[in-house]
Amino acid sequence: MRARVLIRPKAGILDPQGQTVERALPALGFDGVTNVHVGRLVELDVEDPSRLPEMCEALLANPLIEDYEIESPAGHPATQSEPNSRHPGDRDRSAPGVGQ
Amino acid sequence: MKFGVLRFPGSCDERDAALAAAKVGESEILWHQDREIPGDVDAIIVPGGFSYGDYLRVGAIARFSPIMAAVERFARTGGPVLGICNGFQVLCEAGLLPGALLPNTSLRFLCRQVELDVVSTETAWTRACDPGERLSVPVKHTTGRYYAPEPVLEEMEAHGQIVLRYASGYNPNGSVADIAGVANAAGNVVGLMPHPEHAVDPLTGSVDGLKLFASVAVPVPA
Repeated sequence: MRARVLIRPKAGILDPQGQTVERALPALGFDGVTNVHVGRLVELDVEDPSRLPEMCEALLANPLIEDYEIESPAGHPATQSEPNSRHPGDRDRSAPGVGQ
Repeated sequence: MKFGVLRFPGSCDERDAALAAAKVGESEILWHQDREIPGDVDAIIVPGGFSYGDYLRVGAIARFSPIMAAVERFARTGGPVLGICNGFQVLCEAGLLPGALLPNTSLRFLCRQVELDVVSTETAWTRACDPGERLSVPVKHTTGRYYAPEPVLEEMEAHGQIVLRYASGYNPNGSVADIAGVANAAGNVVGLMPHPEHAVDPLTGSVDGLKLFASVAVPVPA
């Protein structure tokens, strides 16, 4: 079965890639874009999709710093790490270490 | 005193680490496919570089190499382990140290001399330092922004696990609370982003890095 795992920086962790993209878009005339986060996508064929969360925890993501979301084909429910951990405007710009 | 220095595919600082360690003892390179640490090795160094190409995430693949299982056993029985740069990242991924390393806020590779403040001298690798001592050591990395969640940081602070901080104005990468090096709760495992093995000869401007290697050779106070 084909599956996709979306991995993104956890809410509250400074995401300089996302910030850079967010700053670049208005410079190109694309206004009204906020809350940009850059993550990565892992696509894989998997015999037993029920083991995907385990794979994410062990290797594909580092749960301390990344959230993951497993996209399965139609008919299979999607799995997400800590589903309530993200919400609009989640970036904490006052986090220690910002602005170095 | 004998140091074992790991070599993964993609390691690049294992020779310098072995040469630096050889200034205070003997040293030997250990291959990543080995399953045991030789019985005469007293301390382990996980060196800098780009283990397994740093594919996926820095240090993520190396932690599953056969030698790392032996390093985990060695660490859990109190053996001194030092992770430098990529080695620090590997030890964090392996769960031997708290936290994780994220890309520098600048998203750029940095290579510069930094000043470090020794925060804890209660670890196997900083015993030879004075509290508050200033060390001049280079950094060279792209993924060196130390991060740990706030409750973990509080716990680390309470247990003296913050070992080194970038001196005021020297934090090169956006590390939380200026943290440059940390220890496990027992103090035998230490990781740091700066490279003490590149600061052991006056020719390169500083010999402050020697203090870390000398620390493990100091007899433990009873």
